[in-house]
Amino acid sequence: MAFTAAVITFPGSNCDRDMAVAIEEITGGTVHRVWHGDAALPDGLDFIALPGGFSYGDYLRSGAMAARSPIMQAVIAAAARGVAVLGVCNGFQVLTEAGLLPGALLRNAGQRFICRNVSLTVGTSQSIFTGGYFKDQKIVIPVAHHDGNYYADAETLDRLEGEGRVAFRYAEPVNGSQRDIAGVINEAGNVLGMMPHPERMIEDAQGGSDGRILFESVLRAVGVSA
Amino acid sequence: MKVRVHVSLKNGVLDPQGRAIHHALEGMGFAGINDVRAGRLIELDVASTVTDEALDEMCRKLLANMVIENYRIEKVA
Repeated sequence: MAFTAAVITFPGSNCDRDMAVAIEEITGGTVHRVWHGDAALPDGLDFIALPGGFSYGDYLRSGAMAARSPIMQAVIAAAARGVAVLGVCNGFQVLTEAGLLPGALLRNAGQRFICRNVSLTVGTSQSIFTGGYFKDQKIVIPVAHHDGNYYADAETLDRLEGEGRVAFRYAEPVNGSQRDIAGVINEAGNVLGMMPHPERMIEDAQGGSDGRILFESVLRAVGVSA
Repeated sequence: MKVRVHVSLKNGVLDPQGRAIHHALEGMGFAGINDVRAGRLIELDVASTVTDEALDEMCRKLLANMVIENYRIEKVA
């Protein structure tokens, strides 16, 4: 059976099409576009992606309102069943606000919106999302965010590091994130949130293809051939 | 019933906005400012049947993010 994915669109999402194109192109699978107001996800999903953007205009807190939208109950249930879930940028903020990932994304320490390519260090190759990278590999992926300053208490940070759940770190300080964390994985290993945009780095025309490996890793881990 | 919910960052959580305000005030020549923390005020107008428990739940589930913020509920009238 072909790889089946869903990309959720919230009001204000703006990277949903890029995400859908990346998944389609790399996995050769089917991508369902799902509206935030829907109560249910399509059947038989292998992968769910929460895209970047500015859901609800970042009102209240980035991702706060989207995390309480009807579809998120279905996403939380799917994550509990073990479906792979990726949240990028605003999607990462939504995942922390929904309680699927620990911590929170604060305003960048320098107060500025940051939009540029950044160097990342791969924190682990032992995950369904990073299996195609090697540990400590340096990759380049763009960021574009105002609220990407990862915060969690020291105990949580220690646990994330101890359990190999820091997927990516900034190779140099970017936004004030605790321990330069750019992406974290949940305890069960099937939910990843990250501020950098892998879907914007999937072919040389975009300046590089380091993000491609992430989607290839998921495809391989989920075990469906395109 | 008018209710004010005061949301503030927990101690130890960096507040870049507060820091920028602090800088601006000093730049304007105000002296003696030790620290500035920026919070958020949310005013609700609710029916008298809304319980304290319900208000508390609204704060914990949406109005404040308990990972980084504290909240205080103030009943105005």
